[in-house]
Amino acid sequence: MQPAFSVIFLTTLCGAAQGLFLALFATELSGTLAAPDNQRFLFTASLVSLALTGLGLLASFFHLGRPERAWRSAAMWRTSWLSREVIALPIFMAGLFFYAGAHYMGMGNTVLLGAITVIACFALFISTAMIYASVRFLQEWASPLTVVNYLLLGCASGLTLATLLAAGMGMSVLVKPYGLAAVLFTVLAGVTRAASLVRNARLKPKSSLQSALGIKHPRIVQKAMGFMGGSFNTREFFHGRTAQLLRSVKWAFLLLVFPVPLLLLALGVPSASLTLLFLAFAAQYIGLLAERWFFFAQANHPQNLYYQTIS
Amino acid sequence: MTQLALVIDLNVCVGCHACVTSCKQWNTSGAAGALVDINPYAAEPNGTFFNRVQTFEVGQFPNTQTVHFPKSCLHCEDPPCVPVCPTGASYKRPEDGIVLVDYDKCIGCKYCSWSCPYGAREFDEERKVMTKCTLCVDRINDVTIPEPQRKPSCVIACPANARLFGDIHDPDSEVSQAIAERGGYQLMPEWGTSPANHYLPRRKTEIRIHPEDLVRVDNPLKIDGKKPEINQRDLGREDFAT
Repeated sequence: MQPAFSVIFLTTLCGAAQGLFLALFATELSGTLAAPDNQRFLFTASLVSLALTGLGLLASFFHLGRPERAWRSAAMWRTSWLSREVIALPIFMAGLFFYAGAHYMGMGNTVLLGAITVIACFALFISTAMIYASVRFLQEWASPLTVVNYLLLGCASGLTLATLLAAGMGMSVLVKPYGLAAVLFTVLAGVTRAASLVRNARLKPKSSLQSALGIKHPRIVQKAMGFMGGSFNTREFFHGRTAQLLRSVKWAFLLLVFPVPLLLLALGVPSASLTLLFLAFAAQYIGLLAERWFFFAQANHPQNLYYQTIS
Repeated sequence: MTQLALVIDLNVCVGCHACVTSCKQWNTSGAAGALVDINPYAAEPNGTFFNRVQTFEVGQFPNTQTVHFPKSCLHCEDPPCVPVCPTGASYKRPEDGIVLVDYDKCIGCKYCSWSCPYGAREFDEERKVMTKCTLCVDRINDVTIPEPQRKPSCVIACPANARLFGDIHDPDSEVSQAIAERGGYQLMPEWGTSPANHYLPRRKTEIRIHPEDLVRVDNPLKIDGKKPEINQRDLGREDFAT
């Protein structure tokens, strides 16, 4: 598939925002922070989460050919995961908005509001991931691992960001638990992402040129795809990059998302170093952009069987 | 329930692209608006087509066959592109089974094209909506067109009559008979999409030559040593009427 940067930014920004919110809600439940700090931190950090989600939403509009009709896209929630995402995203944003507002105004108990936002947050995680996992023709995506990876990678980056924010706002009580949780989720996500790489490496394509044409002969060579220039089919479903670049991106994200932030977190958390924690989040986020790019590029669409020779 | 479909005879298709050009002509002139053409007369021309003819070589030289393969939306009976559409712009008409896109509702998210294993949908870069074969829905239902011509434009254009059109749910229709008698099959059956369009396979063309065709055999009525008699008749008495 051709990686779509709009969707890459949407999923990574929202993922980090969702992970961050889950960390905030856990903090509120645990009651680690005292009243004034609690209010200030939860307000600021949930505002950051809201801003990231807003940026993600903005990015998603660039994916649409007709963004002015985007309001229509909530209609088919009964069947379409994309429609469900379109519903879950504003609910999550509204939850964040009210959650931030409640803490700004110092309203005490926001557990119920937080819990509703957590539900919207998980609904968003699942529907975003299911958009990809439910396309059975893209075998690289059609796996429960896709959902697990979106969830864990979002939590990992969100927790790294939470660690950075806690250090930045001088919430030293929070730096260590957030840092530990970030390490834990980064390791967990590393395991499941590696599992999906192993799975994809062993995939056998379900369709072949033989089944695509219905001709049972071992040797079929395409001589012409019916046009000389490109078409939507040659643009949308091919990344057009070399296998070597794909390999490089894979190793880049495997380094940037997992070992590099782990090392930086290990160094930065004990001293609550802002620079190291910022580098940890930046490395992980850039790594996630590469991860999502690779996620798209690696998927092979069966329609590509019909487009093998230009002439 | 009616399910309109095309049945394409690969044994007959000569790869002339008449169906491609007639499809483009009809659908670019319709009420839905023109099908985009980008750089039509310059380098890298491209545009939207609902129908393409591709060419494949099957076998190892010298035992090869060239297969021309027309490809358009297959109007699946269980179309995977329809439920994924977030706006409901993609739909399957219950009355005749045609899968259509409502261009006024489409937001151009391209999700349906990911969900079609055949690559049958093409995004229109000018209108910014998804487009696809309509089975000439604006032609086959147009009562101002004479009845025999109420067929998709590709079917009418095909000079080899390789494209048949009809209701595959009616066992007596031409298409159902063709599928049943000539081994009609569906593309990528492994996905369970149940495409309505069927393809008729290549057939071995055999000329049966009997030995008598090559070596002249004697007239069984011949009597040895005697030349056949010419029927003696008076001049001018030939009766050409008998």
